[in-house]
Amino acid sequence: MDIAAADERITWPQKVETKTPRAQGLGRFVRSSPLGTIAAIGLIGLIVVALFADQFAPFDPLVSDYGVSRSPPTVAHPFGADQLGRDTLSRIIHGARVSLFVALVSVLLGDSVGLVWGIASGFLGGRFDLVSQRVLDTLLSFPGLILAMLLLVGLGAGLQTVIIAIAVTRIPLATRVIRSVVLGVRNLAFVEAARGLGSSNLRIMALHILPQCVAPFLVIVSANIGVAITTEAALSFLGIGVPPPTPTWGNMLGGVLAESFKPPWWLVVYPGVFLTATVLAANLFGDAMRDFLDPKLRGVT
Amino acid sequence: MHTYVLRRMVASVPTLFGVTVLIFVAMRVIPGDPISLITSEGGMNYALSDEEINAVRHSLGFDRPYHEQYLSWIGDVLSGELGRSFWRQEPIRDQILRRAPITAEIGLMAILLSWIIGLPIGILSAVKRNAWPDYVSRVFVIFFVAVPAFWVGLLIVLAEVLIFNWRPSLTIIYLWEDPWRNLQMTLGPAVVLGLGVAALTARMARSATLEVLHEDYVRTARAKGLREKLVIVRHVLRNALLPVVTISGLALGGLLGGSVAVERAFGVPGLGQLLVMGFGERDWMLIQNLVLLYGVVFTIINLLIDLTYALLDPRIGYS
Repeated sequence: MDIAAADERITWPQKVETKTPRAQGLGRFVRSSPLGTIAAIGLIGLIVVALFADQFAPFDPLVSDYGVSRSPPTVAHPFGADQLGRDTLSRIIHGARVSLFVALVSVLLGDSVGLVWGIASGFLGGRFDLVSQRVLDTLLSFPGLILAMLLLVGLGAGLQTVIIAIAVTRIPLATRVIRSVVLGVRNLAFVEAARGLGSSNLRIMALHILPQCVAPFLVIVSANIGVAITTEAALSFLGIGVPPPTPTWGNMLGGVLAESFKPPWWLVVYPGVFLTATVLAANLFGDAMRDFLDPKLRGVT
Repeated sequence: MHTYVLRRMVASVPTLFGVTVLIFVAMRVIPGDPISLITSEGGMNYALSDEEINAVRHSLGFDRPYHEQYLSWIGDVLSGELGRSFWRQEPIRDQILRRAPITAEIGLMAILLSWIIGLPIGILSAVKRNAWPDYVSRVFVIFFVAVPAFWVGLLIVLAEVLIFNWRPSLTIIYLWEDPWRNLQMTLGPAVVLGLGVAALTARMARSATLEVLHEDYVRTARAKGLREKLVIVRHVLRNALLPVVTISGLALGGLLGGSVAVERAFGVPGLGQLLVMGFGERDWMLIQNLVLLYGVVFTIINLLIDLTYALLDPRIGYS
């Protein structure tokens, strides 16, 4: 009997008119974690503000107006002005751009390296895995902030170097988590089957192992964003991150206490409130992503 | 047990070797060498002739091959002779020894506080799950995991200035010299750092306790009529502590790194301040040895955690 006739007799399931799988996933995410959803909306709002910082900021963040130097919050300057008479609100808005850009790019960069390295290390095993583990041990022997500082000595201060330094601190844990995921699936039947069909290692890793690592990867990325924001802020606060005059939340907090015995409170409070709220939102979103995608990773991230 | 301790200690030797190599590469190979960087950016003040630069490089040993420089540095470290910083006459070893007690005191107090605060909160949160103590402690955890410790430090200093018109001392006062004034200096940083680690500890203690509460032996203990308090203390606590020990390595790494920024916020004259000062002055010798110290301390902490884990859990470590 030919295929057309067989096709006639089978009742194919009717395509049900429904939402796209993506929209369903979104709906499930919202229902599974209202708090994570609120956090995500907040973060998206902040990203929009950061992208259009020039439109949202009432003043130029770099231009001094000595007439309002150290001005407490007023109607024109709701968050006051700093020693050089620069508007604090405008600097916070432009600082959001740096904070988010550095955090997102460095996390994506570092965790992607971790993804590739973890897959290679877990799948190939052998001597490569052994050497990789020792290298990761070394990277993990430094507290994250200290490792970033060390790299910045070598690389010099700047936006790109800060991104690279923070990215490197994110690599070891991402590699370890991905590696353990790979170790769990590398001997399963579908990998054996692919090998039996004569697939090369590269093909198996790209087509069969990689898809298994997508969910853990997304979990790691969303868990790391808060850490990256904090690290960038700490580096800039210490004066070894993104150099002035570019405003970041960290370097806005940097010189305040050293500058005078009685520092203006608005310069200490407002940048920190935005910093804390953003890290809080990023962490809540990260937790929600973990519970949604891969609850098994609880405790790992 | 003894063999495990020995094996674990031997295993950290290659790690420490890697640490020294990474530091050396970051310090020497990537940026060319410190002298040319200092002279090139300083402009007028540091403008040296080529001969002068070569003389300085020779006196510091930067003209020797990298492997010789590396070996002589390792030799210096092993003999405890850390050399001099570029700008200060005081030997680096003395600078570190002078400030280390302050940083160590802050770190130890922070760890102690994190246990005293974090463990009860986490356990209470699990035992009273979905009741108000749980909600309160979860808010505590979410907030203190997120808030950067150095900013809380800045707020505390700000409050002290605005309310009491007082700021903590900027000079070193040891605990054994004047305990009261020493604590004025160290208590703030310890509390701020301790709260952050306490939040992580509480989170882990909560989930570990929740897991143990569902174990069969807990049900058995309850079934045989044991009072709830004894069930918690005898059966739950002991088993819930293990996962808490495993994450404490990560938490203490955060504490060690965070202490640099917190010391800066409070103006405490500890090792973190020295490190930041080294950066400002581009003092390569100082940074190199201080970063090594942080790496070694963190490696030892991780070693101790692994050993504690083996001690608490008889199932692992013998093979």
